[in-house]
Amino acid sequence: MKYNSVFDIIGPVMIGPSSSHTAGAARIGKAARNLFGKEPTWARIHLYESFAKTYKGHGTDFALVGGLLGFETDDPRMSKALDIAKEKGMEVEFIEDNSAANHPNTVRMLIGNEKEQQELVGISIGGGKVEITELNGFELRLSGNHPAILIMHNDRFGAIASVTKILAKHEINIGHMEVNRKDVGKEALMVIEVDQNVDDAILKELQSADHIIQIAKIVS
Amino acid sequence: MTMFRTIKELVEMAENENIQISEVMIRQEMDVKEKSREEVFADMEKNLEVMEKAIEDSLQGVESVTGLTGGDAVRIQEYMKEKTPLSGNLLLDAVSKAMGTNEVNAAMGTICATPTAGSAGCVPGTLFAVKNQLNPTREQMIRYLFTSGAFGFVVANNSFISGAAGGCQAEVGSAGAMASAAIVEMAGGSPQQSADAFAITLKNMLGLVCDPVAGLVEVPCVKRNAAGSSLAIVSADMALAGVTSRIPADEVIGAMYRIGKQMPSSLRETGEGGLADTPTGRLLKEKIFGMSV
Repeated sequence: MKYNSVFDIIGPVMIGPSSSHTAGAARIGKAARNLFGKEPTWARIHLYESFAKTYKGHGTDFALVGGLLGFETDDPRMSKALDIAKEKGMEVEFIEDNSAANHPNTVRMLIGNEKEQQELVGISIGGGKVEITELNGFELRLSGNHPAILIMHNDRFGAIASVTKILAKHEINIGHMEVNRKDVGKEALMVIEVDQNVDDAILKELQSADHIIQIAKIVS
Repeated sequence: MTMFRTIKELVEMAENENIQISEVMIRQEMDVKEKSREEVFADMEKNLEVMEKAIEDSLQGVESVTGLTGGDAVRIQEYMKEKTPLSGNLLLDAVSKAMGTNEVNAAMGTICATPTAGSAGCVPGTLFAVKNQLNPTREQMIRYLFTSGAFGFVVANNSFISGAAGGCQAEVGSAGAMASAAIVEMAGGSPQQSADAFAITLKNMLGLVCDPVAGLVEVPCVKRNAAGSSLAIVSADMALAGVTSRIPADEVIGAMYRIGKQMPSSLRETGEGGLADTPTGRLLKEKIFGMSV
């Protein structure tokens, strides 16, 4: 089921005006920031369908950027997020994209700094609930209901086992897991939804496991 | 514990255990989140406090940045003091508080989405109006939100709750229907009567499109919350009187889903059709954004 908590329906507490276009957008922005692991210095944001047509009226623009700045949905600074980003020197560009999207509230966020960049696609499915559907070209389905670990790794035998072995050692249960790769032996992505929060010491241990490139954590 | 997927299952769980709908929702939430009853109640009470504060703010008078909305909640309260409203004090009080919540939302104030921001007025608006007649305890007020949430939970998982996906029927329709069910429980009705009240409201909201002027959650959203909250109270009274819905609640949700799927995107929160595409709607958009449609 898409929604599993009463607080998905009664909630979130948020700054208006739209749960899908403002609160949901802020959550996608925040997920992008968390996955990037730091504050980006630039963002190119493609908006599709309802997002593209109504983003100014709904404050989707400041909410996405508010999320990139790390704001929660009820942060009183939310409506000033574009100004705050400017002051911090974050370069932000919005593109109203006419291409077809699978969901009416879709955003593609390219973010980065002078060294690296990240591309993420998020959808806002209603009532402030969001899903991340694509990361750096990999399709994925993250419900956001549970803490999740995303692991970019090289497609080699043993890479998955080395990760699950560490999680097992720390008695962390895996609720859902997906593995994708671009091509045989190339870059691959593991998405692991877990039942408990994973602390930084375990992340460090995972980071140093065989064939691991980069790790990010999403807390629900 | 298995999760309920349909209104039928929700009502059966309540009847079999001889408990209220709110209790079914509370137990499921405790189970899913692995939290105590006290924690789950405390989380919901925070939402209740935000709703209460938003209504208080609205009664001080608010105005949106565009000036399109604001002040009507106060206007209605003043009218109620000076005259005897034809539709009755309780009903009009709910309308005022529902609109007030959405005026605060449009003014980028803090609200609690129920189930969405655009439809955030119906559940608290009815709650804080019905409260004056039923004198509920704080716990009963929190339970009101769990009952609303239980019905919204089924809608969200079987259909949609966003205007972009299914039109306003999915937002204000769902919100009004959720409120109907909660009013019935607070007034001492049965779980099945809650389901009937829910179905009656949602049936009367089917087909409602999402056509916000200039894409803003203002016109007609604020007044649609007036419609949703007043219908919620009328449907609750009908169900409490023993009126039942010929079409079961789950089938009404199914109809809502199919209708939403057939709606063109111009009527699903793109600000392109319906009221947004009237001469005045286009003029307002041009004035606000300084661009022609």
